[in-house]
Amino acid sequence: MDLLVVEEVSKGFGGIKAVDRVSFAVAPNEVLGIIGLNGSGKTTAVNIITGFVKPDSGRIWFKGREITALPPHKTAALGIARTFQTVRPFRNLPAFKNLIVPLYSPRIRKYTESGRSGDRDAVALDLLEEVGFERDSHVPYKPASTLPHGYLRRLELARCLALRPDLLVTDELFSGLSASEVASMVPLIEKLQQRGMTLIMVEHRLRELFRLANRVVVLDRGRKVAEGSPTEIVENSTVKETYLGADL
Amino acid sequence: MARRLERIDRPIKVLTEDIYALSSISNMLYVAAPRFIPTLLVLLFPLLTPSAYMQRVATLTAIYGLLALSWDFIAVSTGLVSLGQALFFGMGAYLAGLLNLHFGLPPALTLALATILGASICTVLLTPCLPLRGIYFAMTTLVYPLLMARTIEATAIIGGTDGLVGVDSFPDVWLERYLILIFLLGSTFSLRRLMTTDLGLVLRSISDNDQAVRASGINLTQYKLIAVWIGSALGSFAGAYFTHLYMFVGISAFSLDLSILPIACAVVGGMGTLAGPVLGAFILVPLAEMLRDLGTLRIVSYSLLLVALVLFKPEGIMSYLKRKYEQVERWVEV
Repeated sequence: MDLLVVEEVSKGFGGIKAVDRVSFAVAPNEVLGIIGLNGSGKTTAVNIITGFVKPDSGRIWFKGREITALPPHKTAALGIARTFQTVRPFRNLPAFKNLIVPLYSPRIRKYTESGRSGDRDAVALDLLEEVGFERDSHVPYKPASTLPHGYLRRLELARCLALRPDLLVTDELFSGLSASEVASMVPLIEKLQQRGMTLIMVEHRLRELFRLANRVVVLDRGRKVAEGSPTEIVENSTVKETYLGADL
Repeated sequence: MARRLERIDRPIKVLTEDIYALSSISNMLYVAAPRFIPTLLVLLFPLLTPSAYMQRVATLTAIYGLLALSWDFIAVSTGLVSLGQALFFGMGAYLAGLLNLHFGLPPALTLALATILGASICTVLLTPCLPLRGIYFAMTTLVYPLLMARTIEATAIIGGTDGLVGVDSFPDVWLERYLILIFLLGSTFSLRRLMTTDLGLVLRSISDNDQAVRASGINLTQYKLIAVWIGSALGSFAGAYFTHLYMFVGISAFSLDLSILPIACAVVGGMGTLAGPVLGAFILVPLAEMLRDLGTLRIVSYSLLLVALVLFKPEGIMSYLKRKYEQVERWVEV
């Protein structure tokens, strides 16, 4: 059974159809890539799936349960975690304290509830180590506003992992990173998939995405124009037209 | 040869981090003094002043300090800036008056009931406004107390423009002077403590980045409701206390002054620090009384002072004092 089913979802803003009858499904433990030019509706699709935006029409199922109009905190409680395109951590808090918020959510709270706030700190530090913060350094304790971009992306990922999600939706996770920073994040994603996570990755960095994705969906001006494995997408003529000049 | 201002923590501040505060008497004093000394001064004040007039000013200061604290708590924990603290004050004031006059309840009960009922009613009234962001929330809260005032005036219910007279006073004058101080100090310390817990961290994060909090699985509205309930409970208690202090409640309990004063106290004392607005109240309320002799010039000098403070110390006095206490500044060559 598919983990996530998106059926004929549409959303318009003013006169513009940001998402136009898009349908796709994601199987468990699969990595689905969503690509498209700017303005093709990728982030709106993510917002609709995670509940930040209500679709005008269409339905969405997660683990067999309809989640179409659920607000973000409910989709997160069900197991869908998302990153944001513009990374905004809780600026004044130290990096590991950023994770206290998801650890306090009802989904996770029962695992760390023992009356002492110290437990959440320990879990937070463990999570940061998993995503690549050096544990015995001062980096996890620095205020989030002082962290470089690569660390902020990892922090965003840790914020999602703190929720122990079944589906992780990343919105341009690799944007703003140098080639070596991306190269160091790719094994992290592979490790997550090996551990059983299902991922939807909205990306512009096609080289890295095609290494990671099992299937790719291509959006153009709100419509789905192609779907298939990375090799199929590379050969697809419609995609080649839309992406003229794209670096594959 | 360029210079820059460098700020580093004082050695004693670093030495007293965490449990090391207990390692010596001077360390303990360093940590305890800023809490202990003001508390002591506040508690001793009614015993030291002879004049009943100054006692009354002190009690008023504490009432308005509580109102300022309630404003600051809502602002720091949800990012919602309320321009209508008078709603909580007036609600508590009228509830206390009504419970006392119509049901004959003694001040002990009316205070407790007015606080709880006032908080609940105000929270229900503000529930539709909670999803509003920034200025829209501020505008709605501005209007609420004015709406209440005009309704009472127009319909002449619960006393109309004359107000309710003959409300019982406190049974004991020392109770009258001390209960508010204890409540104020207790609330300030409790809320500051709350802000250091994980729940407090979640609340502060709502004001920092609410989308990330939603994406982390937390129901914003639920937590905003909790924060508004607590804030409005404090405000209602202040209003109820005022009614019993003056044995009267009128439309002035919903006046715009009472919405502006907490903000002025927060600006003077330091927004977001919870203790700052209380300090601001302790400065502004006695100041307003002292300037009363100047007649209409009072408002001018009051306003000038506020402007001066905003221009030169926008961080607030509490933040300034804290910085001086904890950090050393010096000019270094670059």
